[in-house]
Amino acid sequence: MHRINIVKLLSLLLLTVTFSVHAQDESQNDNHAENSHTVKDLKTEIKEYISHHLLDSHDFTLFSYTTVEGDHKYIGFPLPVILWDNGIKIFSSSKLHHGESVAELNGEYFSLYHNKIYKTDAEGTITFDNHQHPTNSKPLDFSLTKNVAFIILVGLFMLWMFNSMAKSYKKSTIPSGIGRFLEPIILYVRNDIAIPNIGEKHYKKYMSYLLTVFFFVWIINLLGLTPLGVNVTNNIAVTFALALITYLFTTFTANKNYWKHIFWMPGVPLPMKIILAPIELLGTFIKPFSLMIRLYANITAGHIVLMSIIGLMFIFKNWIGSPLSFGLAFALALLELLVAALQAYIFTMLSALYFGMAVEEHEHSEHH
Amino acid sequence: MEKLIEQFSLGLFVWQLILFVGLVLLLKKFAWGPILNAVNEREEGIKDALEEAENARKEIQNLTADNERILKEARSERDAMLKEAREMKESIITDAKEEAKAQASKVVEQAQATIQAEKHAAIADLKNQVAELSVGIAEKVIRAELTNKDKQIKLVEEMLKEVTIS
Repeated sequence: MHRINIVKLLSLLLLTVTFSVHAQDESQNDNHAENSHTVKDLKTEIKEYISHHLLDSHDFTLFSYTTVEGDHKYIGFPLPVILWDNGIKIFSSSKLHHGESVAELNGEYFSLYHNKIYKTDAEGTITFDNHQHPTNSKPLDFSLTKNVAFIILVGLFMLWMFNSMAKSYKKSTIPSGIGRFLEPIILYVRNDIAIPNIGEKHYKKYMSYLLTVFFFVWIINLLGLTPLGVNVTNNIAVTFALALITYLFTTFTANKNYWKHIFWMPGVPLPMKIILAPIELLGTFIKPFSLMIRLYANITAGHIVLMSIIGLMFIFKNWIGSPLSFGLAFALALLELLVAALQAYIFTMLSALYFGMAVEEHEHSEHH
Repeated sequence: MEKLIEQFSLGLFVWQLILFVGLVLLLKKFAWGPILNAVNEREEGIKDALEEAENARKEIQNLTADNERILKEARSERDAMLKEAREMKESIITDAKEEAKAQASKVVEQAQATIQAEKHAAIADLKNQVAELSVGIAEKVIRAELTNKDKQIKLVEEMLKEVTIS
């Protein structure tokens, strides 16, 4: 109980720090707007800032600000850029200078435009088509971006945390240290998510995946709320990868009954069987697809709303509006804390449900 | 939707896929396996311990029942033994009494017989002594008498008369 309180307190503290950092950022951007007499108004700037915040980037920027002279300053560190363009090409993202300069490598030039790397000439010219889409050739980008780096960090953190927990069991079967907090959660995943949905007989082979996905999504969602501002789960690529694993796992562990219920539904008339088959088949794709969209949309929406409310402070700029939006943002951040855990739970729960369908043994036909 | 597809980063997808599968496998080997095993073992242990406790409880119950039964048996045995002892005591006493009575009557009989015999002997002795005494007296009388011859003959005659009568 005590430990949980500490975690709560810590999360709150981190959140308050988030606000202050963002607030500082915004105010400086605001100053910048006034000083450099740009035509962009505040609303557009906030909007751009939010959409920028939601994107992945090629370097690990903790925060950025603009000096009085109008120079952008970034506090953070560069990450390696890995490209596949007729051979592997690796260079540091510091060469790109956040899209402000062109990186040169063995006579080839690359530049950053809207967070994507394009092959350009020495001046970094980017040509556009009618729809404002760049026409430059795009090398395959396997860079260790901010999100990839964060995934690795979270992975290492989980390995360390759960490995030390596993080691503590060698001394005694009673959990000690962090295990006291984690064990009930692990048991919850096993007893209330895996076993009821998959069944006593088959749940064991899915446990590793379910536990990993639960803790991974939860931890990464929580860390997305910290001042580091790395939102991994609001990238459709990440949720797609997770959903794909669930889909493949379901498909390859499914038993005969599962396929029979998809292609030749028992207990319905023949024409219905023919109509149902494509629907059921489509359903197998829609299920993991919904997983992907749900996680992505929830986290993205949460961040957009939260940051918009924070942005409101700089639009109101009066004594009543700003505290109000601060209060609102605070309440929302608490809600996001819940959402972080809830989405991890839902993803795990639904994955378990799909696995359960795949291994269900239909002796009970009254089910249909 | 178009924006989503545009945003989709193949690099991130590939990394996430590789890293996540790697994470699952590593965690399975180094964390989930040992943790779930330990938890399972502990749960089995608790289950076993509970079962053992239940068994022990039953055993104790059986033991108590046994003890009670044994105690009961012992008590009844003791009662039986006491009863037997009492009976034996009584019978011994009665036997002893009877024997004593028989013995006493035998002793009395013997004593009576002895007394009778002694009495007869004493009477016989007395008779002898009286006879001897009478003979002596008679001798002295006769001696004094016989100094006179007539008297002697008279006495013999009288005596002869007496003999014929007896």
